[in-house]
Amino acid sequence: MSAIVQQHAIQTGRGSLAGRVSDFLWKHPHVFLTILLGPPLLWLGIIYLGSLLALLLQSFFSIDDYSGLINYEFTLATYRQLLNDANFDIIIRTILMAAIVTLFSAVIAFPIAYYAARYARGKWKVIFYLGVMLPLWSSYLVKIYAWKLILAKEGILTWLVTKLNLLWLLDAWLSLPVIGGNSLSVSYTGTFIVFVYVWMPFMILPIQAALERVPTNLIEASSDLGGTPQQTFRHVLFPLALPGIVAGSIFTFSLTLGDYIIPQIIGSSRLFIGQAVYAQQGTAGNIPLAAAFTVVPIIIMGLYLWMARRMGAFDAL
Amino acid sequence: MTAAVLFENVSRHFGAVRAVDAVDLAVAEGEFFAMLGPSGSGKTTCLRLMAGFEQPTAGHIEIFGETAEGVPPYRRSVNTVFQDYALFPHLSILDNVAYGLMVKGVAREERRKAAEDALAMVKLPGYGVRRPGQLSGGQRQRVALARALVNKPKVLLLDEPLGALDLKLREQMQEELKSLQKSLGITFVFVTHDQGEALSMADRIAVFNDGRIQQLGTPEEVYKQPRTRFVADFVGSSNILPPEFVAQLGAAPQFASLRPETISLGQNGSGRLVLDGTVLSRSFLGAANRVLVIVNGTRINVMSPAAASIPAEGDPVKLSFDRADLHLMEAAS
Repeated sequence: MSAIVQQHAIQTGRGSLAGRVSDFLWKHPHVFLTILLGPPLLWLGIIYLGSLLALLLQSFFSIDDYSGLINYEFTLATYRQLLNDANFDIIIRTILMAAIVTLFSAVIAFPIAYYAARYARGKWKVIFYLGVMLPLWSSYLVKIYAWKLILAKEGILTWLVTKLNLLWLLDAWLSLPVIGGNSLSVSYTGTFIVFVYVWMPFMILPIQAALERVPTNLIEASSDLGGTPQQTFRHVLFPLALPGIVAGSIFTFSLTLGDYIIPQIIGSSRLFIGQAVYAQQGTAGNIPLAAAFTVVPIIIMGLYLWMARRMGAFDAL
Repeated sequence: MTAAVLFENVSRHFGAVRAVDAVDLAVAEGEFFAMLGPSGSGKTTCLRLMAGFEQPTAGHIEIFGETAEGVPPYRRSVNTVFQDYALFPHLSILDNVAYGLMVKGVAREERRKAAEDALAMVKLPGYGVRRPGQLSGGQRQRVALARALVNKPKVLLLDEPLGALDLKLREQMQEELKSLQKSLGITFVFVTHDQGEALSMADRIAVFNDGRIQQLGTPEEVYKQPRTRFVADFVGSSNILPPEFVAQLGAAPQFASLRPETISLGQNGSGRLVLDGTVLSRSFLGAANRVLVIVNGTRINVMSPAAASIPAEGDPVKLSFDRADLHLMEAAS
């Protein structure tokens, strides 16, 4: 006979407090869920959403031009100020930059993510993850200052371009209006390059995750039915990867919209939204206008997600 | 006549693994051809070589007389019904079925019409607006069939298409596939590990093991005259008699196959071989009884009609069978 014998069909509780608590929670799953989710939801609800609401509220106040004090009366004056020419330029500049950064990130990230999802195995997969994640582990500021040196007129990039006898091309590019400048490190082109570099992992990883969920036999089915590789990409692979691309673009787009360090260190002296918020709540002391500026990315992201949904970006989820 | 699909000495190796090893076969036009074997026997790789998803390591493949190696899947007039259907989850059923016509540039109205006709043919009219996720396994199977057939392929490849269906549905689909193949006249190449399915549906069967074809023939040939022990064992169930035992019966000392249903309990009929044995166990299978008898240390399975009286366990019993049903096999494997 085995030493392990079940004496009763139904065993009595173990009697301990922990045992009784377990039995109680097993019988009342709702209580269990409340205990589990309560604290984080309270945190999110009060600390996060609450402060967001307070911020929103601030944007409907205005500042007294003479005393510099906040006038706690509801008004749309701050929003009127937000839409004046100088401020509107900041908004448009930031949105354009975020859009172009997002587009380029997606174009560069897709082949990398595709390779990782389809071909990389074992050791190469580890190398892929390390390669993508490594830049995230080093200091953001160090990376940006490193880029400033790389992009400077005396920097390694100019040196390399000179060695390749392509200096004329760089000079031609830098002489272009708006995107050009004295050197890459003080031009929008430089800002763009660094944005794309810094946010790249946030685009690669979601696309890779989406591509990994596309079964290989769907690609084969498309090919089997007569779809050329281009057609398979357009009608099968891309639509199925779209949720991942949208997820990645939410990161790159919103991170670019809100960042104030990169354009301050690399780029021209013209402001982006993040810098405007920083300036308004700091030196200028105009909290309502700073708040109004932060509302802009929230609205843009809302519109962006709504449009993505309308276009069927989430149909494959 | 040119073969629909011709393999000449085709091999497909994955590193050291010989998934397909020097296979020769010719599928006739309009034939229902089954490739039968256990998993890893090379049958699916052969199908993938026909579809173009794999390229042969060595050998020559022709489809309707035209060289197929090096030709990508999208330039072959061959369509596949995938094992798990591989329907596009982001497209409606109609768009799934019309996909092949869409990529070939057929006008929207025309392909819509063709797709609706194809859905009607597989008995799913009006299902076009749904999504694959809203359909049952059997319905998805039909959609996959319609999606392939709408292209009017020269050869239709089916990769274990009925594997995921329950028994009743599987039997019904077997009938439908068979009649569909007859009415369309398209060459079907069908991969299965289910010997019953292969026997009931195919015009000819290629039995695969270890990357090689063990036997190629009509279901009757494969069943009644298994060439190797593997075929005898895999196709249906059989008593594989060892050479010493066979020698005692007055035949050449070779392995022999004796089907359980060809043996009767008791000594009936004249001119039959008779063996004395003891009943070891018996089980009731519904339409028949299976009786395990031990004869001179060799276990022999007997399939006896349910109506016949069955001796009890431990009882002595006489077995008789026709000499013609004792089938000698090649020494190899």
